Amino acid sequence: MSMEIAIPQTVERENYLNKEYGVWSWLLTTDHKRIALLYLVSITFFFFIGGFFALLIRLELLTPAGDLVQADTYNKLFTMHGMVMVFFFLIPSIPAVLGNFLVPMMVGAKDLAFPRINLLSWYLYIIGGAIMLHCMLTGGVDTGWTFYTPFSTNFTNTKIVEAGIAIFIAGFSSILTGLNFVVTIHRMRAPGMTWSRLPLFIWAHYATSIIQLLGTPVIAITIVLVACERALHLGIFDPKLGGDPLLFQHLFWFYSHPAVYIMILPSMGVITEIIACFSRKRIFGYHFVAFSSIAIAVFGFLVWAHHMFVAGISIYSALVFSFLSYAVALPSAIKVFNWTATLYKGSIHYDAPMLYAFGFLGLFTMGGLTGLFLAALGLDVHVHDTYFVIAHFHYIMVGGAVMGYLGGMHFWWPKISGKLYPEGWARLAALIVFIGFNLTFFPQFVLGYMGMPRRYYDYSHMPEFQVLNVLSTAGATVLGVGYLLPMIYFLWSMRYGKPASDNPWNAAGLEWKTASPPPTFNFDEEPVVTWEAYNYDELDAPPQKQEVTVG
Amino acid sequence: MTGHASAKSPLKMYFAVWATLLVFTLVTFKVAFIELGPFNAVVALVIATLKATLVALFFMHIWHAGERLIKVAVAAAIFFLFLLLGLTLSDYLTRPWS
Amino acid sequence: MADSSTIMGLHQEEEHHPQLLHHFADAGQQRDAASLGMWVFLATEVMFFGGMFCAYLIYRHWYFGDFGAASKSIDATLGATNTAVLICSSLTVVLAVWAAQTARRALLIGMLVVTMLFGLAFLGIKGYEYYQKFEEHHVPGASFSFDHVPIPGHPGEYANPRHAQIYFSLYFLMTGIHALHMIVGLGIFTWLLVMACKGRFTPEYYTPVEIGGLYWHFVDIIWIYLFPLLYLIDRHP
Ligand code: HEM
Ligand SMILES: [Cu+2]
Repeated sequence: MSMEIAIPQTVERENYLNKEYGVWSWLLTTDHKRIALLYLVSITFFFFIGGFFALLIRLELLTPAGDLVQADTYNKLFTMHGMVMVFFFLIPSIPAVLGNFLVPMMVGAKDLAFPRINLLSWYLYIIGGAIMLHCMLTGGVDTGWTFYTPFSTNFTNTKIVEAGIAIFIAGFSSILTGLNFVVTIHRMRAPGMTWSRLPLFIWAHYATSIIQLLGTPVIAITIVLVACERALHLGIFDPKLGGDPLLFQHLFWFYSHPAVYIMILPSMGVITEIIACFSRKRIFGYHFVAFSSIAIAVFGFLVWAHHMFVAGISIYSALVFSFLSYAVALPSAIKVFNWTATLYKGSIHYDAPMLYAFGFLGLFTMGGLTGLFLAALGLDVHVHDTYFVIAHFHYIMVGGAVMGYLGGMHFWWPKISGKLYPEGWARLAALIVFIGFNLTFFPQFVLGYMGMPRRYYDYSHMPEFQVLNVLSTAGATVLGVGYLLPMIYFLWSMRYGKPASDNPWNAAGLEWKTASPPPTFNFDEEPVVTWEAYNYDELDAPPQKQEVTVG
Repeated sequence: MTGHASAKSPLKMYFAVWATLLVFTLVTFKVAFIELGPFNAVVALVIATLKATLVALFFMHIWHAGERLIKVAVAAAIFFLFLLLGLTLSDYLTRPWS
Repeated sequence: MADSSTIMGLHQEEEHHPQLLHHFADAGQQRDAASLGMWVFLATEVMFFGGMFCAYLIYRHWYFGDFGAASKSIDATLGATNTAVLICSSLTVVLAVWAAQTARRALLIGMLVVTMLFGLAFLGIKGYEYYQKFEEHHVPGASFSFDHVPIPGHPGEYANPRHAQIYFSLYFLMTGIHALHMIVGLGIFTWLLVMACKGRFTPEYYTPVEIGGLYWHFVDIIWIYLFPLLYLIDRHP
């Protein structure tokens, strides 16, 4: 009997998770960490919806004949897949979840500059998402995620306006996130946290925010124009009135090319943190990596018409855009070289986050290089609107961005949840994701090069495409398993995982200097930064021994 | 107390800017009715830009903003606006068929 | 009251600064953050309007004559009057900020009210202009008509009604979205007025007046461009 009383009862420290309970403590929270978790749940939900559409697409393409779904159903499937994945999963993914959680902590602040606007941004996302869901349940859209005019304005009878409103609202939420980050990074840094001591994750998010702030409004107004043209019969792009549908494409891609960098830049930031930590080295060429993020953000605005090479733009202009597209590859290449150089002679640890980082390195490089193929005027004529393009951007958006997202989730999971995830399972999942991904998308490069067009539900005139399509569908199944696993063991670890120490990876960065999970205001006392970023040599230095010499 | 505000009253400057803006409006309105060929557009835009600059510098206090950051934000917005307009025009102005 | 404001993140430290939010180190930091936030937001607004200016630029370049004819059908005096109204409102805004800064509460309240009256006058004139366009069948859509309208400076040539319709689409969109911004501005100023009446603003704390004013001036600047671009394309006889 008395034994039971003697068991030491460690009092759990108060942290942001156990401070308050109940639905309202979440729905009215202004704590950036809680908002990050709200986002985590919501984007995961949309990820699975988008994934469900992808599954149906792949099932339809298993056989050459269009037998599973009707032609217009198929059009809706790939449209809703693209819209959900781009606007409701990938764009918010890393910024709104990991960025929200980490940006204030990494700069040493108690919260983002505008906590209530942060909450508002989540609500806008949810409202946009709800409208999108309603739109999908009541018929959906069949134009492709690019909703090109005049099909979207004059011809299709699907719910363009509703989808437009949904994306407009979600876009607003993205703008507000970017605004919060920019102001926070400028105004809320802790004493001693100079710009060159900031983690590169912050630089990447700063660059992302620039794009969100300056690009998103343009797609917003474009959507307004399309919606007004459709609903109020104003004519802006209408060829019947002498309007120019290409103008729509210009405005659309002015945002949507930079938007691909909204998706990849945060992921690059995550990868930088992981590579530094698991090779136990300061990142090679800190300033190059930092400024290449900004360069990507700016140059990203100069290349949009490479999506319109065969649409009828001026050939002279096309030449310029082709050339500029090569320029934007430079800063990306700088990053890849610097990551590789960081690995060189590092003491590399193969933990799950690092496996994802390796996956990112290879896949992003392939995606980027094939982007250069596409940016070459002559080659693009051949592969435009084929599966080659699909493979290109999935190598970057899924192989790059999602890998980075998963890597980051593993890396910071101990900080977020205060629990360790099962390392063995995590490594297995990383491997499955990598294999499944390549099996899904590599065949698509070949298919595209052979001439299989995108957005077709039936290829019965080309039955020889089937083998590669079957491979791709098989790969998608593997990939699906790879994505389910982390969700399962993350949930599992919240209950059964071993408690995490404050700094389980012995990583640099302010977020590791506070408790796991952190207290509501992040730090028990205001941090003062006196060390450089990525000071792994200091962290790994053997502790100074107090030697007592006698005599 | 915000000392500098009471040191020298900015009221005179505000009214001067306001009067200039009204004069500019009148000028741009009158000039529009005079045939100047392509220079009608030039005059209109130059005057509009002068007016916008006055509002930004003196009413929005950029002139006195000690901070470079705000000027950078304004410059960035203008720069990216010109990117949008300029690169789009690069297509429209060089299409051989239109 | 105290409870709900805690939930909303307004941890008020009554002794020092009633308006200082918990996560800021001091009032200066809070003020700088708010004003930077507004400026950054205005940068996004530039791009938002930029999309429309881009469309305008292309079509005006393509269909200059038709745009000139269409532009001439709008009452430029109304446009000029509205420009003057907005410029006056910008003056009253800047006086309101000054009043807040120098603790002249009555003046602050007065200037906020006058600003809003100017804003309403602007919207009224705008509404009248829309009404005229409606009467003349210049609203794009099924009943649109713009037949036999001469192109300025080209005797004997008539504007293409379809191209003119593009002009009017842009006209209604640009002025309409501008007017929406005015309405939002009126909302902000109503809130400022309520706060000013409650005596919330002091020389130490008047950031909301300041950044609300920034927004108002920005909307004014947009109009400063819309006026010549839409009303004064080609007015000579
Ligand atoms: C190294 C820099 C890159 C270059 C030079 C590049 C080039 C291109 C080109 C030329 C196309 C158009 C192909 C066509 O339709 O014929 C394209 C499509 C695409 N790229 Fe990239 N890309 C790059 C990086 C990225 C990144 C980082 C992402 C995403 C994170 C991305 C996502 C996309 C998407 C989504 C499309 C297809 C859009 C559609 O038509 O639906 N690209 N890319
Ligand atoms: Cu692109």
